[in-house]
Amino acid sequence: MNDALEVTGLVKAFGSTRALDGLDLHVRTGEVHGFLGPNGAGKTTTIRVLLGLLHADSGQVKVLGGDPWKDAVALHHRLAYVPGDVNLWPNLSGGEAIDLLGDLRGGLDKARRQELMERFQLDPAKRCRTYSKGNRQKVALVAAFASDVELFILDEPTSGLDPLMEAAFQQTVREVSGRGATVLLSSHIFSEVEALCSRVSIIRDGRTVESGTLAELRHLTRTAVAVEAAEPITGLDGLPGVHDLVAEGMRASFDVDSAELPGVLRHLAAFEVHVLTSHPPTLEKLFMRHYGNGVPVSEVSR
Amino acid sequence: MSAYAGTGRLIRLAARRDRIQLPIWILASAAVMGAGVAAVADEFPTEAGRVSALQAAGGSPAVLLMRGTPVGTDLGALVNFRNFSSMLVVVGLMSTFAMVRHTRQNEETGRAELIGSGVVGRHAALTAALTVTIAANLLLGALVTATLLGSGLAVDGSLAFGAACAVTGMAFTGIAAIAAQLFQGARATNAFAATAVGVAFMVRGVGDALGERAADGIQVNSAWLSWLSPLGWGAQVRPYGDERWWVLALPVALLVVCVGAAFALVDRRDLGAGLLPDRPGPAIASRSLLSPLGLAWRLNRGATYGWVIGSAVSGLAIGSLGAAVNDAMAGNEGASELLGQLAGTGGPDLVDVFFAAMMNIFGVLAASFAVQILLRLRAEESGGQAEAVLATAVGRAKWLASHLTCAVGGAAAMLVLTGAGAGLADAAAGGDTGVVTLAGAGLAQLPAALAMAGFVVLVFGGLPRLSVTLAWAGLALAITFGLLGDVIGLPQSVRDLSPFSHVPAIPAVAATAGPIVGLLAVAAVLTAAGAVLFRRRDLAL
Ligand SMILES: Nc1ncnc2c1ncn2[C@@H]1O[C@H](COP(=O)(O)OP(=O)(O)OP(=O)(O)O)[C@@H](O)[C@H]1O
Ligand SMILES: [Mg+2]
Repeated sequence: MNDALEVTGLVKAFGSTRALDGLDLHVRTGEVHGFLGPNGAGKTTTIRVLLGLLHADSGQVKVLGGDPWKDAVALHHRLAYVPGDVNLWPNLSGGEAIDLLGDLRGGLDKARRQELMERFQLDPAKRCRTYSKGNRQKVALVAAFASDVELFILDEPTSGLDPLMEAAFQQTVREVSGRGATVLLSSHIFSEVEALCSRVSIIRDGRTVESGTLAELRHLTRTAVAVEAAEPITGLDGLPGVHDLVAEGMRASFDVDSAELPGVLRHLAAFEVHVLTSHPPTLEKLFMRHYGNGVPVSEVSR
Repeated sequence: MSAYAGTGRLIRLAARRDRIQLPIWILASAAVMGAGVAAVADEFPTEAGRVSALQAAGGSPAVLLMRGTPVGTDLGALVNFRNFSSMLVVVGLMSTFAMVRHTRQNEETGRAELIGSGVVGRHAALTAALTVTIAANLLLGALVTATLLGSGLAVDGSLAFGAACAVTGMAFTGIAAIAAQLFQGARATNAFAATAVGVAFMVRGVGDALGERAADGIQVNSAWLSWLSPLGWGAQVRPYGDERWWVLALPVALLVVCVGAAFALVDRRDLGAGLLPDRPGPAIASRSLLSPLGLAWRLNRGATYGWVIGSAVSGLAIGSLGAAVNDAMAGNEGASELLGQLAGTGGPDLVDVFFAAMMNIFGVLAASFAVQILLRLRAEESGGQAEAVLATAVGRAKWLASHLTCAVGGAAAMLVLTGAGAGLADAAAGGDTGVVTLAGAGLAQLPAALAMAGFVVLVFGGLPRLSVTLAWAGLALAITFGLLGDVIGLPQSVRDLSPFSHVPAIPAVAATAGPIVGLLAVAAVLTAAGAVLFRRRDLAL
């Protein structure tokens, strides 16, 4: 089957700023794909290109097999979008905005609309002007998820939701994913990405710096290890993948690339180890390394 | 924290935001006055010429309605007659728009909330807006006075002229300050405030049209109705006539009362809300909303009703004057010349010339309406709502067309109803111009409005970030070239650039297809070009 989203070498400049600089993004049909990157990395810009709202300067972009610029209307029947900044019409009620957006997309499921409205505890009779940021986001979420479409493009959809609503959101994403829909989820919330996404792409400065399954990415992170043995521990500094080693006599602490962990453990087995503690790799740590400005791209993607 | 804390900072911010817009209003006003004096001096160099022109004008209610009452026969008095009433409208509009910009619009875009969370008192935003707007009025008055003095006009009259401009602006500053507290949303507030200027103009105009001629056969004493209008007060200062300085106190008093009321209202309402609380809306959308056109109509219907009703009522008022024009003008030759100048044509039947001139004005109103409605496109784009709509299965062309339909349909309804209203009122007053004729005369203005609409679509498609400024500037130039071109002495080639110069003066002359077809073609080409540009460009968020 084709990928739901295929982006290769995407470039988009605004005047002299190159917001996207050769970005790649591949989202397989049916997966929930996390789309991560620091502020200003180009997530929203990418999404707007995917929606045909911005015209790519160069690169290949395919959405559900079509060209998002030329085939926008046909494609938009098959996808739903939740913008990062939900701006609604102040005089319309939330219910009207939901019906309107759903209908313009090609219709929405009445029962599903009702169910979601209850799940997200949204009062549809209020004017959009009076909604809080979180409630505006709920309007966009209900309008999107009440449509029976193949692809959901969500740009930081939960940045204003409380924890209860975050749980409702995760449940809803699992439901649509369960029936085979594809989801592109841009987010700054690691726990959300870890809970929902099978694969993620991390971008920085308009370029993809990392892409793969969560397991693969965990592999790229380092485990923090501390050991204490009956005899002085030697030879660690010669092992591949060991970083930030602090060895003092019978104790040692260091970080090790997850891929090299087996070799390190074999080496340690030769010593009489009393205590061994390790902290498993977290996505957060990986993200931090990618997000931090000090780390050059080449080192990070090693 | 004092209620006024942070006012100074806000004043600097407001002045910075307005560092281009307000100076343009002010300098343009002074420039128009300079050109106006030169044009009058050129056209009416002799006392005798001025006397005969004014004698004619004093007998024509239509001229009095548009231009106010003559106050004397010297050069300054004629400048007053030709330019004063439109200058007062200009300061009125400048002041209302500036007030809305710095109060309601700030709140709507969330700027005020940001500002309010800093060290800024409750009253600071309104105080800052008032300060900047009043300062702009004073500056405008001073500059206009200086220009008039520089053109060699009398000191007393020039001072009174500038002062009357300044205080009239202040009166509308006060009115806008209250409107900003009462209405939800900058657009509604702007519409209300602009309507207030329009109503004040009509009230002043009707009062002057019904005025009584003084013994000298030149001066006209306005009827009491004029005294109900802030624009009337400005006129009653009578610069270059027998200056009545005490009248200057009336608009200032209105400002004081309005400002007091506005501050009282500020204390009663929450930021971002109007005084009237939000009622809940329907939980489910009605079918009529569920299409791009349904949405566009829903967004524009309030403004459309306002414009159409306001225009139709004005049409009734104009229509009722037709018979009076006829009576007053019987046997008066100079008058037809002046009216003809106003209508852009000479004609045998004065009532027809009068109606043609009025319909030209309504054509301008319809064009302004179309500009306002079409700029909603830009507001939706920069506000982010267009992003949501265009990410659904609505194509760009369809979205554009839905708003265009509202603009064209609304303008057409406005013109036909206004013409028909004028015809009905004319018939009721004993005239025989005819409902169908006047409705047709109204409709004949539509192509000019459509050409303006096409221009707006073009700038929206080509230069979205500048489109609001360019659209209003284009309209202002079209009005200046088309309607005031003669007043400020522009050459015909420049006046021909305005669509309003090409509309046939029905019913004074027979309808001709040429200019109408030409205007429609221009409108179609501009619109198509704008649509193509829009479909090819990025959404400018
Ligand atoms: N219309 C525009 N004009 C100029 N520059 C723009 C425009 N839109 C985006 N940019 C720039 O492009 C870059 C990418 O912005 P984008 O909004 O895509 O980032 P993002 O990854 O979505 O960030 P965030 O996490 O803050 O939402 C930024 O440097 C931004 O300043
Ligand atoms: Mg973003």
